[in-house]
Amino acid sequence: MDQSTPAATIVGRGSETGARLFREWFQGLTAAADEGRGAAYVFVMGSLCELLRVFDFPIVFPEINSLQTAVRRVAHEYLNEAENYGYSTDICGYVKADVAVQLRDGAHPMGRIPKPALAVCTNACNTYIKWGEIWERMYGMPLFTLDVPGSRGAGLASAPGSDDFERDRRYVEAQLVELITVCERVSGKRFDIDRLREHMGHANTLGAGWQRVLELNRSRPAVFNALSDGTIFLGVANGFRGTAQGAAFFTDLVEEMTYKAEHGIGTPIDEKWRLIFVGVPCYPIFRRFSELFSDWGGVFVNSTYLRFASGGANLGFAYDLARPIASLAEGVLLGVRNAMDSMFFQTQALVDMIDGQAADGVVFHPIKSCRTVSTGLADTRRALMAVRDVPSLFIESDLMDRRVVSEAQMKNRIDAFFEGLASRRQQVAEASA
Amino acid sequence: MTAVAPAPALVFPEWHDQPLDSVLYRCRELVEDADFPTVRRWRAGGGKVVGHFQVYFPEEIAHAGGLLPFKVRGAPIEPTQAESRFGSYLCSIIKTSLELALSKRVEMEAFVTHPICDAARNLAGVWGRNVSYPCRILYLPQNPNSAFASRYLRDEYDRMRQVCQDIAGRPITDDDLRRSIAVFNENRALLRRLYALRRERPWLVPADEAYVLVALAGILPREEHNALLQTALPLLERRRTPRQDKIRVIVEGGFCEQPPLDLLRAIARSCYVVDDDFLIGLRWIVDDVPADGDPLLALAESYIERSAHSPVQHDLRKPKERMLLERIESSGAQAAILMAAKMCEPGLEELVVHTRALDQRGIRYFVSEFEENMSSFDQLEIQLETFVENLLFD
Repeated sequence: MDQSTPAATIVGRGSETGARLFREWFQGLTAAADEGRGAAYVFVMGSLCELLRVFDFPIVFPEINSLQTAVRRVAHEYLNEAENYGYSTDICGYVKADVAVQLRDGAHPMGRIPKPALAVCTNACNTYIKWGEIWERMYGMPLFTLDVPGSRGAGLASAPGSDDFERDRRYVEAQLVELITVCERVSGKRFDIDRLREHMGHANTLGAGWQRVLELNRSRPAVFNALSDGTIFLGVANGFRGTAQGAAFFTDLVEEMTYKAEHGIGTPIDEKWRLIFVGVPCYPIFRRFSELFSDWGGVFVNSTYLRFASGGANLGFAYDLARPIASLAEGVLLGVRNAMDSMFFQTQALVDMIDGQAADGVVFHPIKSCRTVSTGLADTRRALMAVRDVPSLFIESDLMDRRVVSEAQMKNRIDAFFEGLASRRQQVAEASA
Repeated sequence: MTAVAPAPALVFPEWHDQPLDSVLYRCRELVEDADFPTVRRWRAGGGKVVGHFQVYFPEEIAHAGGLLPFKVRGAPIEPTQAESRFGSYLCSIIKTSLELALSKRVEMEAFVTHPICDAARNLAGVWGRNVSYPCRILYLPQNPNSAFASRYLRDEYDRMRQVCQDIAGRPITDDDLRRSIAVFNENRALLRRLYALRRERPWLVPADEAYVLVALAGILPREEHNALLQTALPLLERRRTPRQDKIRVIVEGGFCEQPPLDLLRAIARSCYVVDDDFLIGLRWIVDDVPADGDPLLALAESYIERSAHSPVQHDLRKPKERMLLERIESSGAQAAILMAAKMCEPGLEELVVHTRALDQRGIRYFVSEFEENMSSFDQLEIQLETFVENLLFD
């Protein structure tokens, strides 16, 4: 590619910059650990980075740390260590890898993780809370559970402005005020509402960008692969939420994806099949897992993962900086609730993805580690197949534990799925000829 | 709204005018009956049912509307239809509970679940896609330490009152709620009396018998359950069972999926179980709910301020290891039996906490996994007997 053309400078920039930002982030965490600074431990569904950055906490995402051990193919060492400590093989692999990181005094394949001075978890995943209790026990630091009520049933999400919504929003706001007090106590810094506005402003830019990037993948060919590229973007969306770097990244990413869409530039493979991914990726063989689909020309154009694992950032909610605390409560409520809906009541969202992105098939990938995501997937598949005539594949493995990943078996199933897709396309072509 | 039918007559009359052993036999038969005949009789009499999944549900609200709150706690059945609705690596209770609905063993007008764990929080979605009646999530506060939690929960209960009103076909007034609170206060007092008897004279109430007496609360109108306990408790207290040389233990791990009765019998053969967390939701509120003021607020405050503990509620005031040690100390137990249902993540996580806490205190414990559908107990009983012998001859 000619390096002087826009295509050469723009295309691929997001993935490269994302990888660099990640390395820098972990370098920063290592420096914080070396300096003995206490971090804020948070989770992707409701991280509250906007607020925690006001108090200058280094931000640690234990979920991301854990998945990195799997991507770097050392997760089994960490899992073994936690299991030797007493954790069952049937407990979430993310939790166990993190337990081992803590037992190793923060040693991690990407650097060193600082100890927690504070942990904030939402109720979006019950394991978050049990996980937080482990740190509470290990370090005696405060664990703040931000309770965010979700939808009370399918299609029952209360509308902003309604009495029901306002009751939930007030509950979240009251807890945020209580969290601020905890942050002041732990950090020794006074709350600065203007700094909160600044970080919320960055989050607004990031959220708008994330929403736009997802929309741009309606293009044909898709401008990014939601499974592989999407995971990099997702990492930045979480780790750099509320920062100028994160805002700039997504501004640039929108530019890149817009350029690709306008010029008909897709992913590096010849797109033959447009797929939706439901579940969590298979990180122990992440590259290979992606190749099992891309080798057939399969491109993931969207996923539920990019919704729930971004904490609902896909909504592109814009905070009202004139009333930051109230608006933060509203944004957190909407975002976390959307993340939960994307796991428990996702049928309509999948229908919208199929229709809006001209999907040829849906891949369900429940995993042993995460019952939050996986428990309802078989039933969701049944419900989806009842309303849309789109082929689907159901394969189970794990996000951490290679003992329950059978690549050969998976390949057989995936190959058969694509053969079915091809046969179906041929039948349709013959019928319309 | 359509008018609700009059409440049916007694749904469990069989125990009346029977000697204690016969009462207990009939109770046991009923608890083990996976067709839930009392619920069927209630419905046959025109009654309506609100199913609520483990662990805790403010049953008073449904009761105040003349509805039968039915505790959905799985069953020893094969989940032949439900199996296809779920993936692998899940506990049994999730599947057998749905099976009750899909097989129409239990019919209901609404189902309520709670985000107690990662699997259970999916239940409203899964049930809602498979049945025609309302399926709702009750978001009990996971931050009970917030000063706003009681207020939030009061409003959440008000939402549940609306759901129950719609089913009952009539308004549920504050006075209705107060009357129901009084019925349930009486029930709580009777259950406390039962547990006090177990602590003080455990040879009079083996673990399996105590269990069935508690479990019936989930499948009977509470007035009937009160009448049963009012009759059974004095009979138990006057029982002439000799004291044996058994160790006093507590059992932990029955907060959600329930162990089979045969497992409890096996434990009872070698131990006196002086406290446990079986069906803890039925005993969640540990004192009377105040009868004055706003009844929903009283229920909400009781949930938060006057309550037991479980692995699925995070409360900074109730660290799990401390609560376990308190249960051991308050019951005078010599050892603990720690159980976790297979694939139950909260239960398995708690095992790590509990075993470490007991190791630090030098308290002996026995660890086992269980499943509601397990049918072979020989090996477990031998292991348990060995554990007990070690303690007795140590």
